[in-house]
Amino acid sequence: MQNRIDQLFNSKTSNILSIFLTAGYPKLEDTMDIIKHLDSSGVDLIEIGMPYSDPIADGPVIQNSSQTALNNGMNVKVLFKQLKSLRSTTQLPVLLMGYLNCVVQYGIEAFYKKCSEVGIDGLILPDLPIDEFNNIHKPFAEQYNIHIVFLISPETTPVRIKQIDAASKGFIYLVSSNSTTGAGKGISEGLKNTFKILNALHLKNPILIGFGIKGKQEFEKACESANGAIIGTSFIEMLGTSTKFEKDIPAFISSIKQTALTS
Amino acid sequence: METNKTYSVNENGYYGVYGGAYIPEILYNNVEELKNNYLNIMNDDSFKKEFDDLLKNYVGRPTPLYHAKNISEQFKATVFLKREDLNHTGAHKINNALGQILLAKRLGKKRIIAETGAGQHGVATATACALMGLECIVYMGEADIKRQAPNVSRMHMLGAKVIAVTSGSKTLKDATNEAIRDWINHAEHTHYIIGSVVGPHPYPDMVARFQSIISKEIKYQLNNTIGKEDPDYVIACVGGGSNAAGAFYHFMENESVQLIGVEAAGKGIDTGHSAATLTIGKPGIIHGSKTYLMQNEDGQITEPYSISAGLDYPGVGPIHSFLHDVKRAQYISITDDEAMQAVLNLTRKEGIIPALESAHALAALAKFNFRSTDTVVVNLSGRGDKDLNTYINFLNESNYAK
Ligand SMILES: Cc1ncc(COP(=O)(O)O)c(C=O)c1O
Repeated sequence: MQNRIDQLFNSKTSNILSIFLTAGYPKLEDTMDIIKHLDSSGVDLIEIGMPYSDPIADGPVIQNSSQTALNNGMNVKVLFKQLKSLRSTTQLPVLLMGYLNCVVQYGIEAFYKKCSEVGIDGLILPDLPIDEFNNIHKPFAEQYNIHIVFLISPETTPVRIKQIDAASKGFIYLVSSNSTTGAGKGISEGLKNTFKILNALHLKNPILIGFGIKGKQEFEKACESANGAIIGTSFIEMLGTSTKFEKDIPAFISSIKQTALTS
Repeated sequence: METNKTYSVNENGYYGVYGGAYIPEILYNNVEELKNNYLNIMNDDSFKKEFDDLLKNYVGRPTPLYHAKNISEQFKATVFLKREDLNHTGAHKINNALGQILLAKRLGKKRIIAETGAGQHGVATATACALMGLECIVYMGEADIKRQAPNVSRMHMLGAKVIAVTSGSKTLKDATNEAIRDWINHAEHTHYIIGSVVGPHPYPDMVARFQSIISKEIKYQLNNTIGKEDPDYVIACVGGGSNAAGAFYHFMENESVQLIGVEAAGKGIDTGHSAATLTIGKPGIIHGSKTYLMQNEDGQITEPYSISAGLDYPGVGPIHSFLHDVKRAQYISITDDEAMQAVLNLTRKEGIIPALESAHALAALAKFNFRSTDTVVVNLSGRGDKDLNTYINFLNESNYAK
């Protein structure tokens, strides 16, 4: 079967909206419910964060959601159990995002195998070095048809972007600024410059922008240059205060999409 | 600076399977810049001259190698104390902080950040920044701010900004997380002075090299006093493992020297309140490095515990994971109570009040059956001024002093 991430980018190349949630947040059993509502709200792609005790690349909001999720009893095994119903719930591409140590402790091959069993399409592991991917992970990623998405920053050199493009499958995750998640540095004017460089490199992968995309304004701005964008922190904040997912999730998504689609 | 072969880091930044650089992409350029420059800078004559001069005239090196006759008698061996406690600012940490600040200056960095547990590395970094006129921000767990209060005041006096960290167990691991996050958010002009042989390559190797002065001096000092360079044992405490790495460095190639690393057992290895990473941890990834760490089955890092803030850390430098696995060094652990007894013992027998961290190394003396001909060097990594509150409370509770 063609990877669902590829299916998506084959049929759509602009205004792609990806939403990040933390598994097991706000309540342990909320994961699948949130995914169901994201599916019916018309998002394009879903990233499920595997909560980690020491998330060094994350700001306070995702740190807190991770800690709450862990306190709720979330862990990789519990998550895979919850994801048994993933493919009866949504046909959207779904990625897992987390820190390498959880994958290593689960067992690297076992992890890829389990991902493919439950219907996960890709993995984002920000602390996985490219060399380690090539030497250890790549055969499993290929065998189980799991796309690995690497990150670049506006400071990444062209030579390295080429290497990352070669290793990445599905898309490349461009962090909007040098920051932890949710830092709110926003989308800077420098992004246009970054895309001048990226476009000249003729990359094989599409680009989604993440970190600092809070609402429709930043989303639109990101979509002017990239194929789409990823919203995490502000979605998590909404979940933290939501009393009714079936109302609040569609409202959140349409608040972002409306303008972008009509502009 | 000479390098030893078998036990040194390889060109990819690994000691055996340990080490590497497991970092978010945003830090890639900084770490790469450091990796590509640290050896050149450290080997540069002007750097060496400036560093050596500071070590001699500012830090007060060489530190004495003191033949402690009273505890020698007690433990029935010839025991020398390497007096890192007599360094300016009171611990070995200044060796590394000064080395890194000179490096940061040459890389054009304007802003310095650091994490600290016991506060010794924070004080050393704040001192180096005051000397060089650089901005200094130190992350410190809230629990450590309370138990190492004198060092917090010193940092403030030196002009550093101390930021209280409230996540996790509010100790060294959490301070390190927050320092890494700061670095990610200010990557461009900031140099992160890591305080131990931890973190992504090249930090473990760089810090070990800056601390290697300890074993370099021990060698010629032993030669001068007993006519041979190599002792039978070198004993050092291990938090992240920088004073141990420095004390072991020039002895690693000589397998007849027994290298003993001492971790904190806290309330006891089996109590769930300890920081003895190499005894109860498993290999994984922490703070950018593949190494042993304390974690649960899911790979979540578990909260460590030790009475000693400088040893209260769930990871350990990759060099020690390697020396442990290949059995070149032996790692044991010492409880809070044993460490406290060792503090009082050294104080009353030799008139030296050690830091709580160093007391773990001293307590290890009771764990070995030395031959009377053995020469044992204990690295006295720091002085006990910062721990006076803890000591006074212990004395009041235990009636030991009365
Ligand atoms: C006096 C002293 N010894 C030892 C340590 C532990 O660090 P390391 O294991 O890196 O030497 C510390 C850390 O704060 C310290 O202050």
